[in-house]
Amino acid sequence: MGRVRVLVGTRKGAFVLNSDGTRQRWEVCGPHFPGWELYHLKGSPADPNRLYASQSSGWFGQVIQRSDDGGTTWQPVGNQFTYDGVPGTHQWYDGTQHPWEFARVWHLEPSLTDPDTVYAGVEDAALFRSTDGGTSWQELSGLRCHTSGPKWQPGAGGMCLHTILLDPSDPNRIHIAISAAGTFRSDDGGTTWRPINRGLKSEGIPDPAAEVGHCVHRIANHPSRPGVLFMQKHWDIMRSDDAGESWHEVSGNLPTDFGFPIDVHAHEPETIYVVPITSDSLHFPPDGKLRVYRSRTGGNEWEPLTSGLPQKDCYVNVLRDAMAVDSLDPCGVYFGTTGGQVYVSADAGDRWAPIVRDLPPVLSVEVQTLP
Amino acid sequence: MIRVVLPPHLRTLAGVGGEVRLDLVGPVTQRAVLDALEARYPVLRGTIRGHGTDRRRAFVRFFACAQDLSHESPDAALPDTVAAGAEPFLVVGAMAGG
Repeated sequence: MGRVRVLVGTRKGAFVLNSDGTRQRWEVCGPHFPGWELYHLKGSPADPNRLYASQSSGWFGQVIQRSDDGGTTWQPVGNQFTYDGVPGTHQWYDGTQHPWEFARVWHLEPSLTDPDTVYAGVEDAALFRSTDGGTSWQELSGLRCHTSGPKWQPGAGGMCLHTILLDPSDPNRIHIAISAAGTFRSDDGGTTWRPINRGLKSEGIPDPAAEVGHCVHRIANHPSRPGVLFMQKHWDIMRSDDAGESWHEVSGNLPTDFGFPIDVHAHEPETIYVVPITSDSLHFPPDGKLRVYRSRTGGNEWEPLTSGLPQKDCYVNVLRDAMAVDSLDPCGVYFGTTGGQVYVSADAGDRWAPIVRDLPPVLSVEVQTLP
Repeated sequence: MIRVVLPPHLRTLAGVGGEVRLDLVGPVTQRAVLDALEARYPVLRGTIRGHGTDRRRAFVRFFACAQDLSHESPDAALPDTVAAGAEPFLVVGAMAGG
């Protein structure tokens, strides 16, 4: 039947949630690193007991933790993220140029094949890689040094590189997304990059169809079709069928197309999930009803999923890294809220139940499907 | 012998229970104390001072003898009572939210 391990990053620590394949009864372990912000934790696909965690604090900066026993014990590893060469400048809130400054690691993406190789997406936006289990980090500076870099600007949460998609069919292909710059692709293992934002339209920037400057909140794909990408942008749900060369909108009948996470069903590449949020100024669900929307048609046609979710007086948000799917059958879907709830659906979204209700605000949710 | 008191989060990170006691050779300055502290506990590198810059992190403070020494030169001599081990050198997380 298999079992699942859910890795939850919160504003005040990390939690590990374990269940068997029924996903009905849960063991809650934590908090790990209490009092620290855990922006993201993720396990290695090549060794599920190897986990990486981004631990940070406004007081004491960045720490990276590594576990070799599935999250029971942890050890701090390297925390030196030094930009390659002269960092240069990017667009600042007041229109001036501002030096690149490291703030924190938003996202850790372990290699698909090597437990010791892991990528880190950081604020101010850049991509780092470690090949020694997180002990040392080297910047893949071709991204930050792209000629469009001086036009990148921070979103409200900071200028973060928050999404890293490694292509299982092509080890040289990497997609990343930055708020607010857009989506970029490398076809040479991260050495060189180019923006892939054709088709995006963002009313919040002077040229709505600009090459860069878009506030992409999240991108996702299915491992069997890595060239089909789905995007939750600041506004708009977008789809690309050509690895990002062009995008078209698939928001369809959603009540609002603002939101943060987007994810793809583990066994149905055309089934995708979003959590609509009222607007960029009202970061809570429309009408106080927490609804996941599912499309079984790769977008445009969406159905609300409400069973087991609060349908009145609910004013939480679901952040960009706080949704995940397992690969059991039926597919499990998980998300965490800024109200501290982590919900699971063991039937692909039809019915939901809380695993926990009262954690600190949830920043990230990942799930590992284990034998 | 220099006595250093770390804030709770850094004590946990470094795996120390109480005061840290350091033996220094040469002038007792902020820089000398922090260099010795980081040499003994490498995990603290980057958490009190920035990597590469050695600048104090914005929300970290250094207190001793009821004085705020955060804005003193890192190479200024610390008070004699700190150098003698009579008073601790305090690394403090600034009061700023939580």
